[in-house]
Amino acid sequence: MSATHQLSPVARLEQKTVVDLIVKGKRVDDRGPLDYRPTTIMLGVVEKANGSAQVYLGKTKVLAGVKIQPGTPFPDTPDEGILTVNAEFVPLASPTFEAGPPDENSIELARVVDRGIRESKAIDLKKLCIEPGKKVFMVFVDIYVLDHDGNLIDAAAMAALGALVNAKMHAFRVENGEPVYLEEMMPVPMQNYPVSITTAKVDSVTVLDPCLEEEQVMSCRLTVTTGKDDNICAMQKGGLGFLPPDEIKQIVSTSISKAKDLRAKILSNVK
Amino acid sequence: MDNNKPVRLLDDNGLRVDGRRFDELRPLKIEVGTLDKADGSAYVEHGRNKILAAVYGPREAHPKHIALADRAVIRCRYHMAPFSTDERKSPAPSRRELELSKVIREALEPAIMSEYFPRSTIDIFIEVLQADAGTRCAGITAAALALADAGIPMRELVAGCAAGKIDGKVVLDLSDVEDKQGEADLPVALMPKSNVVCLLQMDGSLTEDEFKQALDMSTDACRRIYEMQRDALRQKYHVVKDEADKEEEAEVNA
Amino acid sequence: MNAERKQLVIPGDLLGEGPYFAGENTFRDGTKIYAARIGLADIVGNKLIVVPIKGAYIPRIDDIVIGRITDIGMSGWQVDICAPYPAMLPVSETPMQRGRDIGRRDLTHIYGVGELTLAQVIAFDRTRDPLLTTKGRGLGKVTSGRVARITPAKIPRVIGTKGSMITMLKKETRTDIIPGQNGVILATGTNPDQERIAVEALYMIEREAHSSGLTDRVRAFILNEMKEKEIGQQQASSVA
Repeated sequence: MSATHQLSPVARLEQKTVVDLIVKGKRVDDRGPLDYRPTTIMLGVVEKANGSAQVYLGKTKVLAGVKIQPGTPFPDTPDEGILTVNAEFVPLASPTFEAGPPDENSIELARVVDRGIRESKAIDLKKLCIEPGKKVFMVFVDIYVLDHDGNLIDAAAMAALGALVNAKMHAFRVENGEPVYLEEMMPVPMQNYPVSITTAKVDSVTVLDPCLEEEQVMSCRLTVTTGKDDNICAMQKGGLGFLPPDEIKQIVSTSISKAKDLRAKILSNVK
Repeated sequence: MDNNKPVRLLDDNGLRVDGRRFDELRPLKIEVGTLDKADGSAYVEHGRNKILAAVYGPREAHPKHIALADRAVIRCRYHMAPFSTDERKSPAPSRRELELSKVIREALEPAIMSEYFPRSTIDIFIEVLQADAGTRCAGITAAALALADAGIPMRELVAGCAAGKIDGKVVLDLSDVEDKQGEADLPVALMPKSNVVCLLQMDGSLTEDEFKQALDMSTDACRRIYEMQRDALRQKYHVVKDEADKEEEAEVNA
Repeated sequence: MNAERKQLVIPGDLLGEGPYFAGENTFRDGTKIYAARIGLADIVGNKLIVVPIKGAYIPRIDDIVIGRITDIGMSGWQVDICAPYPAMLPVSETPMQRGRDIGRRDLTHIYGVGELTLAQVIAFDRTRDPLLTTKGRGLGKVTSGRVARITPAKIPRVIGTKGSMITMLKKETRTDIIPGQNGVILATGTNPDQERIAVEALYMIEREAHSSGLTDRVRAFILNEMKEKEIGQQQASSVA
């Protein structure tokens, strides 16, 4: 069951400061409306995982890990590997996160990131088949939010993509329906690189990559995920505010071109 | 690949799988204040363990009814990331994580001067990002630093280190393969100034003498780790002393 | 005294032994006095203390605080003053409303949820939540200005010895700056740029609280910003 969120922890006067600045074309941290905060992506930070990536998006910190293990395929896709995306909003990341099962925010984030990867066919799941109908590889993407300063969706999507691109698994051959691992390592079979761009609406203005202070005053947000061919593969509007159709088209257009820059940045970290 | 093939844990020269001698600690790296939102935080790499600890508090007790009239409620959550272990671990808390949350809280709570903050809570979160045996000890080392970093009054810091037995020999600071294939595991946490043990668990098989050896070895290591904790705290706040003097003088003269 | 004055100490460090009193953020064990928090050791008379670098705001009677209204009750408002305890501002502690009966609707008109108040702590102890008043001079609803939130332990640095830092800030940014003991600071000027510069200067002080030459660096920062935004010239302050 979803319920209205608790009242804002920000005083009205402070909200007004943020809104007034944005309406004037300035942001609390001096960015332009289309600027992303300084972004750092480090790959391979958790060696035990098949792949991992740590993203710093301004002060937001998200870690993603990829684990690949054999499992049973779904009956309707017997020759495809399985992708599972999970997100944890661990309580150390924010005074507002509580320990417990994933809440609607972390589930929404996990599903949006999942759709981006799945619908863009980023992973060639057919190449993860061991024995059709019996055994396939499961790719677990676990997103761990470590420090919440806004725009967790984009940071998480970046971390997930980085972790997948970084991920290595043992090459294998199939013997009697079981995988036999070879010495040689191979990357996860990737064929697309989805990037999500989130735009926040504050009063009458839209800004990209909202930091926490901006999220606290925005009326709504729109996340647009695109693949390398500029095809849109996932979208999500969040929040109680409204968006006129023309504005949506504008946002989508901006998001597609911004995704190109971000994708180049993520992939430049791959060795 | 298969981590479970039996290996020889001590070679002919008495060296361990990772080249260490029997009484050698794995390398440690400590950073204080790594997170922005938490009131206090610390990141510890102990061998291949990667552990992040954060503290929030003292803060309002939610729900109100858990509050105590005369002191803060200390809450502790030890949790492992799904990608932290060889096999992916489900994010839902396991029985082991619940047990460890309890023993870790019981190790840290006595050091915290919780009577300063009645009717509030102090929350300690330990997240294991990569596990390689000895996570509860490294978690305590990190959590004590996070508490100090948050400015929470404490009697002293707490440091943790395990000892164990492999191939019949008592050794310090087991690694993952040694823990899985060894004969005993003894996690210990110490309050170094008072010289008292605040966490002690054991599983496996040890004679009384072996236990005494293992205990001495681990408490000794805790003292060494405590010095590293102090250095890490000094590193973060080091500008403080020298400059505070000069500034004060300059202002009074201005 | 075992620790030097202004030495960085961590919990459990020995400060002194013998003829001393255990002051704030220290504790006594037998004849020895130890640091309880990370901070700078100091001695006041024969009292050993630790000046903290960080920590939660614990209210004290007479503290001036800036708080946010979080709830409206039967006879007053609940206020978040960034402490582990919610504070209460009873309507009886606001300037008199000409003696009429105050109903709940009127309470909303005085303060709504989310508004800010500049108040003073009049009661607080271990068994009860803090009680506030806005009856003093200058206290009451905050309707304009910009807010900075810093760690309460740094408020003394914002004020400075004998008020030196805050006097400089007010003069150079030409804003009125009111620091709450709870770490919330209000900067009110005649134009938003001045307020912004004041707030940035405050965050700069928080970041660099214990580095040398801070007052000069903050002044230089402010003057540079003011000039860039062409916020009028004023006589350059003489630098000693």
